[in-house]
Amino acid sequence: MKFGVIQFPGSNCDSDTYYAVRDVLRQPVEYIWHQDTDLRKFDCILVPGGFSYGDYLRTGAVARFSPVMGALEGFADRGGLVLGICNGFQILCEAHLLPGALTANVGLKFICRHVNLRVEHNRSAFANECREGQVLRIPIAHGEGNYYCDPETLARLEANGQILFRYCDEQGSLTDEANPNGSLANIAGIVNERGNVAGMMPHPERASESVLGSEDGQFVLKSLVSALVKA
Amino acid sequence: MSIIEKTAIDVRGTIHDTAPIDPEIYREMGMNDAEYREVVKVLGRHPTYTEVGMYAVMWSEHCGYKYSRPVLRLFKKYREALDGAGLENAGIIDIGGGLGIVMKMESHNHPSAVEPFQGAATGVGGILRDIFTMGARPIASLNSLRFGSLDDPHVRYLFEHVVAGIGFYGNCVGVPTVGGEVYFEDCYAGNPLVNAMSVGLLKTEDVAYARADGVGNPVMLVGSGTGRDGIHGATFASVELGPESESRRPNVQMGDPFQEKLLIEATLEALATGHIVGIQDMGAAGITCSTCETAAKAGSGMEIDVLKVPKREADMTPYEVMLSESQERMLCIIEKGREEKVAAVFRKWSLNAVVIGRVTDDGFVHVFEGENLVARIPAKSLADECPTYALETEEPEYVRAAHSVDLSALPEPADYEEVLLKLLASPSIASKEWVYDQYDHMVQTNTSVLPGSDAAVLRIRGTKKAIAITTDCNGRYCYLDPFVGAQIAVAEAARNLVCSGARPMGVTDCLNFANPEKPQAFWQFRRAVEGMAEACEFFNTPVVSGNVSFYNETPQTAIYPTPVVGMLGLIDDCDRRCEQGFKAEGDIVAVLSGGPLSGGAASLGGSEYLRAVHGMVAGAPPRLDMAAEKRLQDCVLGAIGAGLLASAHDCSEGGLAVAIAESCIAGGTGAEVELMAPGPYSATLFGEAQSRIIVSAPVENVDQLRKLAAEHNITFTAIGNVGGSKLRIGLNGAKLIDSDLETIARAWRGAIPAYMVG
Repeated sequence: MKFGVIQFPGSNCDSDTYYAVRDVLRQPVEYIWHQDTDLRKFDCILVPGGFSYGDYLRTGAVARFSPVMGALEGFADRGGLVLGICNGFQILCEAHLLPGALTANVGLKFICRHVNLRVEHNRSAFANECREGQVLRIPIAHGEGNYYCDPETLARLEANGQILFRYCDEQGSLTDEANPNGSLANIAGIVNERGNVAGMMPHPERASESVLGSEDGQFVLKSLVSALVKA
Repeated sequence: MSIIEKTAIDVRGTIHDTAPIDPEIYREMGMNDAEYREVVKVLGRHPTYTEVGMYAVMWSEHCGYKYSRPVLRLFKKYREALDGAGLENAGIIDIGGGLGIVMKMESHNHPSAVEPFQGAATGVGGILRDIFTMGARPIASLNSLRFGSLDDPHVRYLFEHVVAGIGFYGNCVGVPTVGGEVYFEDCYAGNPLVNAMSVGLLKTEDVAYARADGVGNPVMLVGSGTGRDGIHGATFASVELGPESESRRPNVQMGDPFQEKLLIEATLEALATGHIVGIQDMGAAGITCSTCETAAKAGSGMEIDVLKVPKREADMTPYEVMLSESQERMLCIIEKGREEKVAAVFRKWSLNAVVIGRVTDDGFVHVFEGENLVARIPAKSLADECPTYALETEEPEYVRAAHSVDLSALPEPADYEEVLLKLLASPSIASKEWVYDQYDHMVQTNTSVLPGSDAAVLRIRGTKKAIAITTDCNGRYCYLDPFVGAQIAVAEAARNLVCSGARPMGVTDCLNFANPEKPQAFWQFRRAVEGMAEACEFFNTPVVSGNVSFYNETPQTAIYPTPVVGMLGLIDDCDRRCEQGFKAEGDIVAVLSGGPLSGGAASLGGSEYLRAVHGMVAGAPPRLDMAAEKRLQDCVLGAIGAGLLASAHDCSEGGLAVAIAESCIAGGTGAEVELMAPGPYSATLFGEAQSRIIVSAPVENVDQLRKLAAEHNITFTAIGNVGGSKLRIGLNGAKLIDSDLETIARAWRGAIPAYMVG
């Protein structure tokens, strides 16, 4: 089982993600430079947070043209597991590996704080270690996390169980107050139809050790390991 | 109109055809007639236009410390460094295990006054470069900010954009902004203070030096292209703000945090090749400063060709290239023959890396424009031989007047609960969530105590240790008595660290003052440095680095003297860190104090209560008994180390009542306390007597705590218990405060957002 963490110029959660896999999951992990195109040795690829290419033009808009992204598309086609976190989620949307887009937060400000996420179901490779309806405390840190898609896409996401996580209050209720960025239907994370490519705005790697204030991110990260073990 | 435009002098003139420079020109650059004469003496001829620009900026207060240096010698490490090995290594704090921490704080006040977003952003970028140029990875940023009253729309504009600028830069570079402070006070309305601090971690054996050693070694410029931004930024920092300051906007540099992120990674990777002999970041005075300082430090010389400098604008003159303060650039001195290896690392990160010159041995910095020699200056004369001045001091009259106000004669408020809510909603005391929510304070996944507690705590990966960091300064105390105020800044910073479980280790400072050429302002500066130097020696927290920012005044007013202390502490066992919030129902609440529980009416001097309720800035700052303070800190450190405490919180602005309320809010629980003390109720509840720490602890630890307190000759006063959903405070039997936790939390949390909506 081998994890890869992509490094774009401007990625800044690459080492956090790398450490979470190496030191918390205790799984083999390697960095993948944005110019690399051979992804054959990997089983799961993490697209980390940060400001790839400075997020100039639009978040993720430049990164999607990196050589590694073509290879990542092939990797996903072959059924490899891909999780984009924060900027990684934005990049996956820009690359059309996931539907929808992430626009500026409703308050137009960057927000960094712990939020609560409701696990919509545990059938995916990204939440199989969670209970359905479980509330996870995981931080967000973004200026553009306001998920949007057209009504047909939303209906499809709902019908197919492609919504993985939604912003909620401590009890798991989907309130407007609990929605930090204005995301459509409180969406915090989604998965593609095939179930192998997911994106989420919250940072599980930042909630993977008690010293950081929460270990709930481990539920997400360990789900990847379980999925790979079963595969 | 720029100086160049309105003068007909040849800006490309060589050293062979110089003529006297029009005094109007060098004066506008900030150089006085005597200094010009000194330049002529050093050079043995009149300077070229390029040269006079280089001298003007290097001999400005901002770069040359011409007024402050004689006073800064009071700082022990600074004195030792000046007299001995140079300033370099002084900045490293050894935390054991071969690891060191470097830290520095710097002001970006004037740029932020005229262009708050970029001013603040480039402040962050500049201080980060100071850290990674030493070979350290930046692991944390903090900010100490001062603004006018939020009632003023222009102040709200400055506040909003300064915070946005810090977030813009810090979030993108991936260095967590973990703490700091924000105060609001009228005197900062036109001249906000934006002090950026950065902390880095390195293996002590990997420290990099800003030295141009090795004759013939190539000199490489890496990072961004050079443009016309920021020319004479350092000079701008060395004059008062005025009506024409808006026209200084072009003097403000533009920041590109993406380039900085690449520069951090590329620089650390390039240093790891072992082929970089010396390296210096470019901040104030750009290429001028980095070439002359590295050459001066190594006792070598340097020659460079400005035509080789990668530029982002056409037709730049040598003067502009040498004076540009374009951001995200570094100067590297490379081992001869290894240029390609080093350049390859920078190219991997899509950055320029161009050889612009070489190290020489004649002590001069030669600046060529192709064949033409446009500057030839002894490196040491630029870097080290800035004329210094012993300025006059005079105690301002307001000091005596303020001290003579009788604070015991003030009327007591009718409703103490209302006062508590008012203080909690005072922007200087209120929650700063609105600010730090906009900063990524978690990236790098080391932040173990998030913003909002007494100090930020970061674990040191691969060890059991953690560091705690804080910034502190109460400008009002310093205004009323700069000596005591500065000592309190040091004591309080240390107390904040101790409340987090950390042993104070060292200080970086940012000394913000008004125009030093006015004797009253220079008196404030001198007294503050005297106080700070004495306190730092007493608490064994040497000043390892720092920055002076003068001329912080507008035609309307001068700022309060604001010597900000950034302090670092070490926690041996990260699991033994402590926070301010009450933890468990039934825990005992107690005050550990170096003196009596209440400081009486005198402790209302300079207090937030006095300003918010009586509209007065008067009295003397609270008394500080440094020996008692030290005993208190040792006692609390011992208690945390022994695992006796559930929480610890420094009692500062707003006094006991505010501190207890803050511990309640942070812990999400109520408390019931009963105080017994002589003197006015207002002084007991809201007075700001020093050397007091509010703690909570499981009941079974009380005996041990009492014993520990007695051993340290510290007063232990049990005042109540944690629990319920209300904060109840009684005093001498009278029930003075009975508030729902929700009410006090709303007042505290809602204050700043209420100003900033829409």
